[in-house]
Amino acid sequence: MGERPVRERLCDFLEVDCGLSPDEAVAEAERCLQCKKPSCVKGCPVEIDIPAFIARIADRDFSAAARIIKDDNLLPAVCGRVCPQEVQCEGECILGVKDSPVRIGALERFAADYEREQGFVVPPLAGPTGKLVAIVGSGPAGLTAAAELARAGHSVTVFESLHEAGGVLMYGIPAFRLPKDVVQAEIDQLRKMGVEIRTNHLAGASVPVPELLAYDAVFIGTGAGLPFFMNIPGEQLNGVYSANEFLTRVNLMHAERFPEYDTPVRHAGRVVVVGGGNVAMDAARVARRLGARVTLVYRRREEDLPARRAEVVRAREEGVEFALCANPVRVLGTNFVTGVECVRMEMCEIDESGRPEPTPVGGSNFVIDADMVIQAIGQGPNPLLIRKLGGIRYGRKGNIVVDEEGRSSLDRVYAAGDVATGAATVILAMGGAKKAARAIDRMLRDDRKGH
Amino acid sequence: MKPLYRVYEAGQLADRIFQIWVEAPHVARHALAGQFLVIRIDEKGERIPLTVSSVEGDLVRVIFMAVGKTTNQLSDLKAGDLIRDVAGPLGRPSEMGQYGTCVVVGGGAGIASCPIIARAAREAGNHVVGIIGARNAGFLILEDEMRDACHELLVATDDGSRGFHGFAADVLKQVIEQQQVDCVWIIGPAIMMKVTSEVTRPKGIRTFVSLNPIMVDGTGMCGSCRVQVGGETKFACVDGPEFDAHLVDFDLLMQRQRTYFDEEKVSLERYHEHACRCGEGSYHG
Ligand SMILES: Cc1cc2nc3c(=O)[nH]c(=O)nc-3n(C[C@H](O)[C@H](O)[C@H](O)COP(=O)(O)OP(=O)(O)OC[C@H]3O[C@@H](n4cnc5c(N)ncnc54)[C@H](O)[C@@H]3O)c2cc1C
Ligand SMILES: Cc1cc2nc3c(=O)[nH]c(=O)nc-3n(C[C@H](O)[C@H](O)[C@H](O)COP(=O)(O)OP(=O)(O)OC[C@H]3O[C@@H](n4cnc5c(N)ncnc54)[C@H](O)[C@@H]3O)c2cc1C
Ligand code: SF4
Ligand code: SF4
Ligand code: FES
Repeated sequence: MGERPVRERLCDFLEVDCGLSPDEAVAEAERCLQCKKPSCVKGCPVEIDIPAFIARIADRDFSAAARIIKDDNLLPAVCGRVCPQEVQCEGECILGVKDSPVRIGALERFAADYEREQGFVVPPLAGPTGKLVAIVGSGPAGLTAAAELARAGHSVTVFESLHEAGGVLMYGIPAFRLPKDVVQAEIDQLRKMGVEIRTNHLAGASVPVPELLAYDAVFIGTGAGLPFFMNIPGEQLNGVYSANEFLTRVNLMHAERFPEYDTPVRHAGRVVVVGGGNVAMDAARVARRLGARVTLVYRRREEDLPARRAEVVRAREEGVEFALCANPVRVLGTNFVTGVECVRMEMCEIDESGRPEPTPVGGSNFVIDADMVIQAIGQGPNPLLIRKLGGIRYGRKGNIVVDEEGRSSLDRVYAAGDVATGAATVILAMGGAKKAARAIDRMLRDDRKGH
Repeated sequence: MKPLYRVYEAGQLADRIFQIWVEAPHVARHALAGQFLVIRIDEKGERIPLTVSSVEGDLVRVIFMAVGKTTNQLSDLKAGDLIRDVAGPLGRPSEMGQYGTCVVVGGGAGIASCPIIARAAREAGNHVVGIIGARNAGFLILEDEMRDACHELLVATDDGSRGFHGFAADVLKQVIEQQQVDCVWIIGPAIMMKVTSEVTRPKGIRTFVSLNPIMVDGTGMCGSCRVQVGGETKFACVDGPEFDAHLVDFDLLMQRQRTYFDEEKVSLERYHEHACRCGEGSYHG
């Protein structure tokens, strides 16, 4: 069914990618060679049995396909949409060598959407174990851990500081990439499994640390929500936003529908977005939908943009202008922003990340007019809870240090997702959470044997 | 399924100043002096921060001045009404210690935050002097409560309609001339905090102010609330809201508070229109 035309999609926040029709899905599934040693599976961080679910789609047994995916991935409708498939499953697909790879993500999304429309069947839960588990944060990591542990029969309570569950899936990734009813359906399913989600509860405050540690186990999935600023002059001017603030105002608070909704966002004619990742692309595309002319400033080259290729292409189609090999040095204005002064960057020696190091070119400064600046230069773990967990080991960047199974240095306290890895991806957060949940389950079962 | 928070009691305290007691055990049980909560009245509402003014059992009291859309809508709530979201307690509690003599200065709606701090300071073993000031007697709140919480209470109004004729800053100046003062809290509008904290600067008296920048999440996630303190960027919601008054860039705070001036006007006008048409305070879509 393809993508909606640019003119149409700039007028709303509806999904850009329309997904596959049943016939398209079957045709795509039939391209799969059903490899005996499927390389695609190795590319998937949670090792979904990709050929098996694709075979079910080819047989038109879409529900069975969805069930197979769900064995390994609780949020297929989400991952099918936002996974960087081109460097994961699809990047490894054998067909990709000569031709285009099987569109695994699109097929995953198709099966998941089909299942949701048919109405979810709540998976069977193990008998109650009487063990209480606290989950902090309701992003993909928290949701995954909650589902795994509820399925194992433990009594699970999720604490979320915002008024909606979902983490970045709700407040960060815009609806035109990930419709919010898709996320809500997944969360509702969790509620049906008996998981209690307490929104408006900030762990470390509404739930003090001793109360938290009184649970039989604690899983921390608080993400990497702390926005970084560039620390350049003029950053305090009105109209300078972190991407988190800008996206939260729109995605979570619906500022695009102000004054019907009470939360405003600045009405800007010209916006400069700083950064080159998914967050920057999302901010730029949201700003385009709010009617602004948008320039994205990134210090490296086009080929270095860390965002998903497809999103860069869509951003371009939607009229986002790119100022590459440029870096802001100062935000201009008196009370409100009027522009951004940038300097050209030159690509020099290769740095540790294997990419050329950008260095400023003397005397190359230029100004881009703007009445809004959005900084999307990265974010780190929120230290709020971590600092209160006396004795927990954390790294230089504030991330909780864990072993392979998500164990922290504190007894019975586990962590996964962005809070452990630093800002990463949805599927990695889920993969980590699943391992941690299994380790928690084993620990709780051993406990019971011990008694 | 989703939580709703019941208004237990609501009423007016002074001109445009209202109080609400809301049932929110997760906040009430853990809130300390100096902390705040975030309220979102309904599905379309904005998240706004309000100081925890007092707690009793599972109830929290907030006191606010009806200035814009959300605070006006809040002032229209009655006992029994439901509030969609209440999150907290947020921010760091007041830095309490045994300082000696403490002065707690409140201006306008900022007086709301004072009794809880005064009580905490007294419990910590300090001699507590309260100063409350308002434009006129009609704007003055919590006088009895403050008298109760403090060892001494001084009252000032700009027009002399009650107590001392003048500003809270003038009263504070007299107090620090007459006695040894070790620690001061000043809470009120940004301009009042700026002016009043100049009084304690020459003597280097430890002075706290509670900053009120525009917030969204209140948990350190958006940076909307960033302020400059001692030349460093701080997030008021997690690093504050109380900071060393003598290090705060108040002009910047006031500049950033005006970010949505035009939008706030639109929002309030729209609310008043709807409120009139429905013949009642609540607004539905
Ligand atoms: C704009 C944007 C676009 C992105 N696009 C993609 C993409 O296309 N593909 C992809 O794979 N990844 C993408 N990512 C990254 C991905 O969203 C994250 O890696 C993932 O969400 C991490 O999941 P998490 O569960 O660890 O944390 P989060 O999703 O951040 O969730 C953490 C939750 O914990 C809550 N919380 C924090 N502290 C507390 C506390 N003390 N008490 C209670 N609750 C607390 C937060 O409110 C939040 O809801 C994007 C990220 C952003 C910001
Ligand atoms: C930590 C903290 C504690 C506060 N405690 C109290 C209190 O106890 N009593 C009280 O009367 N007020 C308090 N305030 C101020 C209160 O939050 C604002 O008056 C309120 O948000 C106004 O909302 P509105 O829609 O009625 O007005 P608007 O029309 O939206 O705005 C009017 C004024 O409020 C400010 N404001 C608007 N939105 C916000 C927001 N989301 N966050 C902060 N300020 C905003 C604007 O800068 C403007 O000056 C506190 C603010 C902070 C940050
Ligand atoms: S979860 Fe992501 S990586 Fe795994 S198969 Fe699905 S789209 Fe591919
Ligand atoms: S590698 Fe490609 S062709 Fe082979 S099983 Fe996986 S998806 Fe099918
Ligand atoms: S209000 Fe968002 S970081 Fe403080």
